Amino acid sequence: MLSRVANSIYWMSRTLERAENVARFIDVNLNLMLDTDVVGNSQWEPLVMTSGDRSLFGKLYRESNKDSVMRFLTFDRSNPNSIYSCVLAARENARSIREIISSEMWEQANRFYMLVRDAAEKNTIFNNPHDFYTDVKMASHLFDGIADATMSHNEPWHFLRLGKMLERADKTSRILDVKYYFLLPNLYGVGSAIDGVQWAALLRSASSFEMYRKRRRRITPERVADFLILDRHFPRSIIYCVSRAEESLRAITGTAYSFYSNLPERLLGQLTSSLNYSSIEEIMSGGLHEFLDSIQFRLNRIDDAISESFFAFPNPQSNKPSPVQYQ
Amino acid sequence: MKLLDPERYDVGAFYDELMKGPGIPRPETRLLFELLESLPDGELENFQKAAEAALYRMGVTFTVYGDSQGVEKILPFDIIPRVIGAREWSNIEKGLKQRIQAINFFLEDLYSGQKILQDGIVPKELIFSSPGFRPQCLGVKVPRGIWCHVTGSDLVRDGKGEFLVLEDNVRCPSGVSYVIENRHVLKRTFGKVFETSRIRSVDDYPLRLLETLEYLAPEGTESPTVVLLTPGVYNSAYFEHSFLAQQMGVELVEGSDLTVLDGRVVMKTTQGPKRVDVIYRRIDDDFLDPLVFRSDSLLGIPGIMDVYRAGRVALANAPGTGVADDKAIYAYIPQIIDYYMKEEPILKNVPTWLCHNKKDREYVIENISRLVVKATNESGGYGMLIGPSSTKSEQADFRERIRKNPRNYIAQETLSLSRSPVLVQDHLEGRHVDLRPYNLFGKEVYVMPGGLTRVALRKNSLVVNSSQGGGTKDTWVLKD
Repeated sequence: MLSRVANSIYWMSRTLERAENVARFIDVNLNLMLDTDVVGNSQWEPLVMTSGDRSLFGKLYRESNKDSVMRFLTFDRSNPNSIYSCVLAARENARSIREIISSEMWEQANRFYMLVRDAAEKNTIFNNPHDFYTDVKMASHLFDGIADATMSHNEPWHFLRLGKMLERADKTSRILDVKYYFLLPNLYGVGSAIDGVQWAALLRSASSFEMYRKRRRRITPERVADFLILDRHFPRSIIYCVSRAEESLRAITGTAYSFYSNLPERLLGQLTSSLNYSSIEEIMSGGLHEFLDSIQFRLNRIDDAISESFFAFPNPQSNKPSPVQYQ
Repeated sequence: MKLLDPERYDVGAFYDELMKGPGIPRPETRLLFELLESLPDGELENFQKAAEAALYRMGVTFTVYGDSQGVEKILPFDIIPRVIGAREWSNIEKGLKQRIQAINFFLEDLYSGQKILQDGIVPKELIFSSPGFRPQCLGVKVPRGIWCHVTGSDLVRDGKGEFLVLEDNVRCPSGVSYVIENRHVLKRTFGKVFETSRIRSVDDYPLRLLETLEYLAPEGTESPTVVLLTPGVYNSAYFEHSFLAQQMGVELVEGSDLTVLDGRVVMKTTQGPKRVDVIYRRIDDDFLDPLVFRSDSLLGIPGIMDVYRAGRVALANAPGTGVADDKAIYAYIPQIIDYYMKEEPILKNVPTWLCHNKKDREYVIENISRLVVKATNESGGYGMLIGPSSTKSEQADFRERIRKNPRNYIAQETLSLSRSPVLVQDHLEGRHVDLRPYNLFGKEVYVMPGGLTRVALRKNSLVVNSSQGGGTKDTWVLKD
């Protein structure tokens, strides 16, 4: 397939997954606010950290409270990772590859964009934000389902999944990591009732509360981390995501497992292998935050390597807006 | 009261596409008429709204320029179809086939022996002064001798109801995707009529287009690789490029996706370079190859013309066809048909005066207030003057322009274009329409039954271009 198209499909997929995850973070935080009266505005700052845009936020807003954080993460077009920016970018990408994806996928990408755009224009979601974020999550799920059921599972689809899985692995690591940030000033709270509520909220933001419950009864930090990092069957765990990403990468290149023909295969193979042979005890003793930090770093390097191996052109040409031809 | 009751719908002093006279449908529109009359109040408005929503959802849109948000609009669409009877259509079809073949003979001749110029049928100076004439294409052997593979002629009815050719559009006419999508929407809305009246299908156009393109592949190519070359996502017709590529199952490429490698055109893929055999290009000659045409073009592929001349890649339409789109050349099409085919033109031209000729020019300057003046190399409804609705100063301006540059202007009679009812709020009003059927020239010439009916949505307007407040309608050609 065309390199440009592979690039677009990969990023379309990544940005839609990103939009969904941002909606998850916010929605769970909103729920958390309803459950407990202890936390105030301090509850909102970690969200900005999760998305990794703390310094941009600092430039644009004076303080982090519910309103400013929600705006920044949801509708702010100057934040490239806001839900609005993500779905807009995804739709522009989808538009440039409409002949590759199914028309149902394009329709859904378009509908998703219109959902967010209309909400941004009306500006009324703050009255009932939960419904809106649920709609965003569902719009993303619907897109995934449509992609799965209407598009041939060949090369373009594997780029789609590669993008989605790498993005999701990154976001799960950040969800987990933010809990670390959040706990620091509140160490006295460890093991308290509030803490239990927060870990449960964390599981919910990864849609993993019920799935976790089926496997484990008590919520302990270590078990939650184990579940979100190393559970092989839960579709948002890091190990699950990187394994599926590796599957897709190998489907694209045709290289057998434990061999490699290019840098992305080597880096992704290393990452899955190290997760395959990790234990949660080892991770915790080395420091959860340090571990997650290294995961994010390695995911970034994989992303760079993918760009270089598959998308980069030897002589890039700029794409200027085209001349008009009326006929 | 019924929608088409004479009290409510005024056919006016025009040829009406739906009504023969007040309250009386034409034979071919009877079924549609009955359906419209049977609709409960407000139902047609519901249909219209549902159709618009469907088009928007399907993304059948064009891009509005100069907006960073990439705002898209649906092309205004009117729910009431335009119907053409079988016998009348068969005449149009014959006429278009004849015309396209003649134009192809003409192009082949112009870029080789130029007999028609030597015989003085078409003046040399008109050809050599035409911006669409490309000396770079002289002597090119085009695959299968075909130059104008995809064309979209504009037809209009005059006051008596006769179809005339207004323009030939032999470069890259757009709009065919709207025909297919409009039909798609109308089938959902008027399903009943589709069951009972026999309407010719337009859905197989993409498949026929693909066959036309594959036919051009260099000899001996098994399963040729066809691509559609677009200027990119910001082009106003991008939807169409993407739609056609998808329907044909071919790659949609931009200039930067292609490159010349070892005397072949290849596309850059995730698995390395891949050979391309046929390019349906939707970019203008000017931008095709910066080494041959405009050197500042960033959209094209440097060196592609060399590969083309060597017969290793086919381009559709062939570069250089624009000369036949020159409105001054258009005036000679009847003579061109006669010259190459020894036949009477089946479809007539709109009576045209060539300002290049002294006598014609004097006539035009004298009678400018009742003529339509057009620049010879503009399209999209730009650079024209509609005499009867123009001001004195506009007329003076055009007289001046004609005197300064006579070669660049023609004039035509102001036609009393036919009208078709459109839904205006809760009632119907007549609006002027034209018709653009799409033609493919491959193994044989195929004329799409129907095409795009464009409608001037502004009251009394004669300009149907989408850039000037025009909309579209579905066009139903009936079977025998």
